[in-house]
Amino acid sequence: MQIQNMTALEVGAAIRNGSLTVTEAVTQALDAAESSNARTNAYITICREKALAQAEQVGQQIANGSLTSPLAGVPIAIKDNICTKGVRTTCASRILENFEPVYDATVMQKLQAAGMIAIGKVNMDEFAMGSTSETSYFGATRNPWDLEKVPGGSSGGAAAAVADRSAVIALGSDTGGSIRQPASYCGVTGFKPTYGTVSRSGLVAYASSLDQIGPIGKDAADCAAIMDIIAGSDPMDATSLAETPTEFLAGLTGDVKGLRIGIPSECYANAGLDAEVAAKTKAAADTLAEAGAIVEEISLPFLDYVIPAYYIIATAEASSNLSRFDGVKYGFRSNSYTGLTDLYRATRSEGFGKEVKKRILLGTFVLSSGYYDAYYRKALKVKALIKQKFDEVFSQYDLILCPTAPTTAPAIGQSLANPMAMYLSDIFTVSVNIAGLPGISIPCGFDAAGMPIGVQLIGKPLGDKTVLQAAYAYQQRTDYHKQEAK
Amino acid sequence: MEWELVMGLEVHIELATKTKIFCGCSTEFGGAPNTHCCPVCTGMPGTLPVLNRQVVEYAVRAGLALNCDINRYHKFDRKNYFYPDLTKAYQISQLYLPFAQNGHVDLKLKNGDTSTIRIHEIHMEEDAGKLIHSSYGDETYPDYNRCGVPLIEIVSEPDFRTTEEVIAYLTKLKSICEYLDISDCKMEEGSMRADVNLSIRPKGSDTLGTRTEMKNINSFKAIERAIAYETKRQIALVEDGGRVVQETRRWDESKAQTFAMRSKENAQDYRYFPEPDLPPVRISEEEIAYYRSICPEFAEQKAERYVSELGLSAEDAAILADSKYLAELFEGTVAICKDAAEVRYWMMTQVLYFLNERNLQPADITLAAEDFAAFVQIVKAGRINRQTGKTVFEAMFFAEAPFDLEGYIREHDLEQVDDDALITETIRALIAANPKAVEQYRSGQTKIVGFFVGQTMKQLKGKANPATVNAVLERELNQG
Repeated sequence: MQIQNMTALEVGAAIRNGSLTVTEAVTQALDAAESSNARTNAYITICREKALAQAEQVGQQIANGSLTSPLAGVPIAIKDNICTKGVRTTCASRILENFEPVYDATVMQKLQAAGMIAIGKVNMDEFAMGSTSETSYFGATRNPWDLEKVPGGSSGGAAAAVADRSAVIALGSDTGGSIRQPASYCGVTGFKPTYGTVSRSGLVAYASSLDQIGPIGKDAADCAAIMDIIAGSDPMDATSLAETPTEFLAGLTGDVKGLRIGIPSECYANAGLDAEVAAKTKAAADTLAEAGAIVEEISLPFLDYVIPAYYIIATAEASSNLSRFDGVKYGFRSNSYTGLTDLYRATRSEGFGKEVKKRILLGTFVLSSGYYDAYYRKALKVKALIKQKFDEVFSQYDLILCPTAPTTAPAIGQSLANPMAMYLSDIFTVSVNIAGLPGISIPCGFDAAGMPIGVQLIGKPLGDKTVLQAAYAYQQRTDYHKQEAK
Repeated sequence: MEWELVMGLEVHIELATKTKIFCGCSTEFGGAPNTHCCPVCTGMPGTLPVLNRQVVEYAVRAGLALNCDINRYHKFDRKNYFYPDLTKAYQISQLYLPFAQNGHVDLKLKNGDTSTIRIHEIHMEEDAGKLIHSSYGDETYPDYNRCGVPLIEIVSEPDFRTTEEVIAYLTKLKSICEYLDISDCKMEEGSMRADVNLSIRPKGSDTLGTRTEMKNINSFKAIERAIAYETKRQIALVEDGGRVVQETRRWDESKAQTFAMRSKENAQDYRYFPEPDLPPVRISEEEIAYYRSICPEFAEQKAERYVSELGLSAEDAAILADSKYLAELFEGTVAICKDAAEVRYWMMTQVLYFLNERNLQPADITLAAEDFAAFVQIVKAGRINRQTGKTVFEAMFFAEAPFDLEGYIREHDLEQVDDDALITETIRALIAANPKAVEQYRSGQTKIVGFFVGQTMKQLKGKANPATVNAVLERELNQG
């Protein structure tokens, strides 16, 4: 049986009914990862031996009935900023090139307990800073739909691996759109849960108040199934919520009757929005309306302030979070330095890439004495206002529908040459992180060049199941998510 | 010109919780390097802090004892700087919304004066690790055991005018923390650390002079010396036409001098911002009420009680009450033997003497109240005299509790001799052997009786009841 075009739930079911062994599934995934990697550079590390050893064990556990998860035995790819004990976790950075964590992230412990098998660590923008997966120290990842184009980022490796059918499903992380935007560019489904739903313990922090782990898969049902495994309060993460939604998969009925969906007019007035993207996302709204949802135009008047606020908060936190990479305790250390200050300077100058250094400098600046009030404090006020505005909208609507990204995937090299345009392309995704909301990107069509387009559904805090429900309903009525990169 | 000294204190106190502030590692002092560590306190990538609620309890109880307003809602902030002992390159502290503000401490000074020191704020934070510099070669090794040990920093207003006030304040903080059982406050082990902000101004002026901040002062004695040195330095500087520069200065104990560490211009920009990994802390009215209800009796109330109920002098009462450990031993012993005067006598003469002589802290005392009380009862019953008692007390004080008092007395044959016949017999023999001394006595040189007392004691190995010896001597010498 070929798992290539099967969803994670289908692979899990085949394993359980005996038509596929765990080892067969994992071997196929590993082989596909290796051949895909030559084209896409989606993987930084492929853990063949570890995965096969685990497959053996999980196979026995499924046979003896001790593992019952619908995803037991399913191979999965992990973004390389999620700590995996004994498997190097690089964050796509030279500074952690050979860093092996001494502990597993909470999500890894949960995946293992459910019998899912990590086949490799996938490429990303260095420390998740970027929208193209080009800033990786290990080289850019390429989009399986067009190898001359970027897969999006920062979880570009995860999206490319799922799109190229090497990973059945993957875990990414989303700080400003890093799950949803690459999902959109690669024609797959990417879900960013409500902040605090999935533990961040073991996720190497970019911007702590915005980061959230979530799945990238072939469809919404797979995302729901893995949320059943990874969601939940964690005593190791003080920002994880005491009460999180449960039974994500069981909640999928496909019924969206009476669901109130708002479409922000500002999104469609955005100058950067591609006409084909606008048309396809509007068509997606029509599909949901036909299924019984109530679709109305709404206003999100803060859109102009979202990008500046985001880049102030995210870079400020990043400048602090990344300070621990100093060459003293672990990771890369420069070979040539004189004294302590020079050790720091040389190590960090050589260890970090350009984009990371740029953001550290920006974050250091906005927190520095005399500028804190003008930048960081003001950004926090904007954050509070955005939350308030969303609350107002969500007092009348269940979901917001808008494009995930203003365009389809740009060519490699194009974005980094024009960073302001790249930052502005986050416009539809970052407000979701600022307000801590759940959001999903699902395939809704293709542009004239055949590149995938994604539509985004945004839910209210803890409205994760409603988001998945609407995405599932849409995917029951469309087959964009089933299309395969050639 | 006459100068006035103005000082403010920043006191760090390590809280004696079992585990660290943001992880489950032990806070115990003195483990082998890097043995009380985990991924969280060593700042491994991806780890997150989780607040130990016990730290909040200890901190709030300290805040209440120092008469502070307790913020029912407070937050943590990150203080960013690079140093190899700081694993995350930031310290989690409280800047924008500390847990306690606007407190005060009333001091009673030796000359009977009182003064009040206002407390600006108290905040919680985590300690950093330690760097061990190789004694050969130029290597430095970090020890992260102390990373994440909980601290409170008590920031006073610039209300100190004398060194005596500083010492009285620190003594009182130590005493309060001991009674609350939240810290051992050992300056020598670094569980209490004081930074002194010091400036001078012409007497009568009400503007503040430029201050320096002194760090690395590791004992009460060092504080006195550091203040004296820095005051002299600033006065000399100003009288010479110079200006004091705002800077941080390091106290060097061996050279007995302060040295400039960094000036205000070179002060680090800590880029404080709210810690995104920790939600704000809320403290309920119920918690506050509960902490108030379990607030112990502090030194002053105790001392007053020792005076009014137990008849101690104010000086003795203050000394015994200042230390929880002395007070516990004193009160515990009195509770059993019901003789405050006798217990006071042994506390003030023997216990304090041993502490001083052996350079011990009251916390080091192992003597149990039960043993002490039994000892007092034996002395009171006249079974051993005070002179012998001192020997016994010393043995008991340094022995492991429980002490076998009866066994010790038996073994060393120390039971007091109060046998009239034996004492009379001894004295009669002495009288017969020393006719000259007897003559002197009878001719009016009655001081010679001391010679007979000494000789009698010597014959009876110091165990004779002094009262009986005196009575028999008087009787025998005045006979015939």
